[in-house]
Amino acid sequence: MRNLALAQRRPGWLGYAFLGLVLLLSILPLYWSFLVASGDAQSARDPNLSWFPGGHFIENAINAISNPAVNFWKALGNSILVSVTVSASVVFFSTLAGYAFAKLKFRGRGPLLVFIIATMAVPTQLGVVPLYLLMAQYGWIDTMQAIIVPALVNAFGVFWMTQYIAQALPDEIIEAARVDGASSFRSFRSIVLPIARPAATMLALFTFVASWTNFFWPFIVLTPQNPTLPVALSLLQANYFVDYSVVLAGTLLATVPLLVLFVVAGKQLVSGIMQGAIK
Amino acid sequence: MTTLTGRQRLANVSYRATPYVYISPFFILFAVVGLFPLVYTAWVSLHEWSLIGGDGGWVGLDNYAAVLGDRKFWIALRNSLSIFLLSSVPQLIFALLIASALDTNLRGKTFWRMGVLLPYVVAPVAVALIFGQLFADQFGAINNLLSVFGIGPVGWHVDPLASHVAIATMVNFRWTGYNSLVLLAAMQAIPRDYYEAAVIDGAGRIRQFLSVTIPGIRPTLIFVIITSTIGGLQIFDEPRLYDQFGLGGADSQWLTLTLYLYNLGWDRFDFGKASAVAWLLFLVIAIFGLINLLASRRISTEGTK
Repeated sequence: MRNLALAQRRPGWLGYAFLGLVLLLSILPLYWSFLVASGDAQSARDPNLSWFPGGHFIENAINAISNPAVNFWKALGNSILVSVTVSASVVFFSTLAGYAFAKLKFRGRGPLLVFIIATMAVPTQLGVVPLYLLMAQYGWIDTMQAIIVPALVNAFGVFWMTQYIAQALPDEIIEAARVDGASSFRSFRSIVLPIARPAATMLALFTFVASWTNFFWPFIVLTPQNPTLPVALSLLQANYFVDYSVVLAGTLLATVPLLVLFVVAGKQLVSGIMQGAIK
Repeated sequence: MTTLTGRQRLANVSYRATPYVYISPFFILFAVVGLFPLVYTAWVSLHEWSLIGGDGGWVGLDNYAAVLGDRKFWIALRNSLSIFLLSSVPQLIFALLIASALDTNLRGKTFWRMGVLLPYVVAPVAVALIFGQLFADQFGAINNLLSVFGIGPVGWHVDPLASHVAIATMVNFRWTGYNSLVLLAAMQAIPRDYYEAAVIDGAGRIRQFLSVTIPGIRPTLIFVIITSTIGGLQIFDEPRLYDQFGLGGADSQWLTLTLYLYNLGWDRFDFGKASAVAWLLFLVIAIFGLINLLASRRISTEGTK
């Protein structure tokens, strides 16, 4: 009987074929955009587009980068600044809060955590007008503070770290550290942080991807002179005569850093997701 | 009872206070960039308020009346709902199928998981630029492909429904794999003996899926449904960049509520009306969130009966 059950869980060729198709659909649009980006101005509309890349990618990429309307290098620098700062800050503050919610006893702990989770249901768009007014008041329009500050910590991060720390960190260790006279922050630094590292790494990756790809708020609050990469990309298309080979070359260039990060850290990402579930 | 020295008492107070210090960054930030704007949006929506002139005085519900009387609002509402349904329903079905295919004894697990997650790292802006071209009306790659089968050409940028399908495809491209992995994580937490017991009871694969898997991942399923509802109804990046003009189509074919909000606020500088749209959008999301919650509760408990 046991063998029968296990046999049920082994994938047949149909499973592999299905996943293969999914994989193909994931990759094909990207590969197609690379084909267009390596072709000439007509290639996006070419019904007989070759399956092999043409020789114009570098030329198109240089055109995208040097387009004066786009500020590509500035955008790259801004995107790196925003994503690194936001990820570091989200991880730090979320771990701190997660530690408090998971392991420290205080009045109102339960309701406060429920409140934080409830805030996740409020759509970001709802506050966008006043937030813009607020940023205008501070003189933060077109600055990176306007992007970074509202994102310094978020409900998902706090919830995520609370969950992880609650199950990964035995209460006795914290008690022991306290008895030994370690200050609260000391035990946070030398006990909680190392133990929380797998979940913190995951959170950092997710936050990095989210801030790198974020468009709506940066698009509203930034100007073309000082964009992030998604904002810069949106400007590539905003001409009457658009060369889509150049647009897609720029698009791929802006995607490369995340693809590299994904290839380097993706293994941790997908195994980390699984780790979170096994309690 | 021992008496505490001053130093110990201080340490004690600090131990009591620290949790609040640790959680305070979230609450301070939320108060400033979350709660305050939320309440302030209601205030602005009841005023005539322009980007340049600022507060132009109390107008009561005039902004709401104006928005509700605008044909474009209803088109945007229709479009948002249509795009949301076309994206979240197939997305969820495929995510469930992919997750259960991944939840087996696959060779090269990490490879498949990474492959499925790949589109998630492509920015929505990039996805919009790529698919905007794939779905070009004349000589777009999709129409070229369809013509091989003798279909089309489809007016992906002309016909409302076709444009919704194209935009929903972009959303599905980016999020299906992500949701699959979230669902997979939940599936892996289901004890394997449940499946063995189901097999002993004579359950086939479909029966196992409906009676063991679905109830087993219920909270995660609800989470995925709710987040894709909130995300789907607020969609902006993809419709904004679906063509080079960013206005949602010549006849608002793919104008969504958030795009409408943006155009009111930052093209027409009418913050009062934009705020009214924000609250109406919130209302729509809340209604759908509630429907979802009730429906998904029903669906996922049915299997256990």
